[in-house]
Amino acid sequence: MEQSSNNLDTSKIPPSGGGGAALALADNALLLGHRNSEWCGHGPVLEQDIAITNISLDLIGQARNFYQYAASLIGGDSNEDKLAYLREAGEFKNCLMVELPRGDWAFTILRQFFFSAYQFYLYQQLQQNKDEQLAAIAVKSIKEVTYHLRWSSEWVIRLGDGTGESHKRIVKAVDELWPYTGELFLPASYEEKMGIDLTSVRDNWIQKINEVLAEATLAVPSSKNEQTGGKEGRHTEHLTDLLKDLQYLQRTYPGMEW
Amino acid sequence: MNYPNDSNLASQASNLATGEAKIFSILQAVHDPEVPVLSVTDLGIIRDVKDLGNSVEITITPTYSGCPAMDVISMNIRLALISHGYKNVIIKQVLSPAWTTDWMTEEGKQKLKEYGIAPPNPKQQVCNQDLFAPDEAVQCPHCNSYHTHRISEFGSTACKALYQCDDCREPFDYFKCH
Repeated sequence: MEQSSNNLDTSKIPPSGGGGAALALADNALLLGHRNSEWCGHGPVLEQDIAITNISLDLIGQARNFYQYAASLIGGDSNEDKLAYLREAGEFKNCLMVELPRGDWAFTILRQFFFSAYQFYLYQQLQQNKDEQLAAIAVKSIKEVTYHLRWSSEWVIRLGDGTGESHKRIVKAVDELWPYTGELFLPASYEEKMGIDLTSVRDNWIQKINEVLAEATLAVPSSKNEQTGGKEGRHTEHLTDLLKDLQYLQRTYPGMEW
Repeated sequence: MNYPNDSNLASQASNLATGEAKIFSILQAVHDPEVPVLSVTDLGIIRDVKDLGNSVEITITPTYSGCPAMDVISMNIRLALISHGYKNVIIKQVLSPAWTTDWMTEEGKQKLKEYGIAPPNPKQQVCNQDLFAPDEAVQCPHCNSYHTHRISEFGSTACKALYQCDDCREPFDYFKCH
């Protein structure tokens, strides 16, 4: 996997603390929401097309709440649209997992499951954060994440314990995604500052993953999961491609409104 | 005026000061663009109404984080108040405490049913993580049968799930408890 050079303009990076953490939470939700939205009109069956795009909508809604809060902490003329549409790839703080291309249905489902389980335990903890606004967004969002987690868990089980073809595809997805799971729990300075304890999130996550993969007749890989860099702005080339699409309108017609 | 977290403003409308009661009655005529049979007060998303003399301050809370109706609702509230002569309208959004379908009024639930959408059951299992859990027993809004099954947990909008009645065979939306 090629990684883009680390050419961060540090003047554009908001102070760590609430701003940094809120921005990272927003970036993760926005990019996975965008990737899932690529299924719109392409889902394997109508109901699941609607499900995955509903999940996109929830994630983009969460991203808006986090961006609005980050913008208020950054101050000046910052706003949610500028944060989403006018930052360069190197300024994004998302984990690499969410920027990877959507792949097939098995890949999309497994990524959603890994990520929803992560969000679920992270938000559970964030609900008690000393930062009241981060806590409020977590309280709001966890209700939706609960649906996402249940839905994606059920689909991992269906695919893993389904047909030969579905099993083969999700085994491949496990192999492809596993290297990106470690980064979720690697603390960044802005997370530590906010008192986010990713060790306990990881313990809960592992337990959930073991439980669901076992029921899906899938093995939990023992290989290392060390693809990292996203939280510090070192991304795969896929993020640049994604942003070309996501940011096209504002880059081409600055200030354009619907 | 302020009120406890676990109640909804509609049930306390009678306690509002005159100016605020008038504003509240205007809001009762502002409808959800996606479920037009419900007003914003039926939905339980109005969290506070303040008549500050020169301005009016309305506090609303979103239903779902990504509900695209929220921006339209804010604009419609503003337009409704402006058309009633209120010039300076401030709309604030709060996330906490998080909205729940338990804040929907009984009248609102009745309106939903008449409209053909099954109203939300009382919140009991929102955070149920059990996989392949049995479907919630939802009454068909057309023939009142409880012999229904869920087709999809996700429906035409973020707040709805898709069900089908096993007796009259009609598919219907269920405003899921949240």
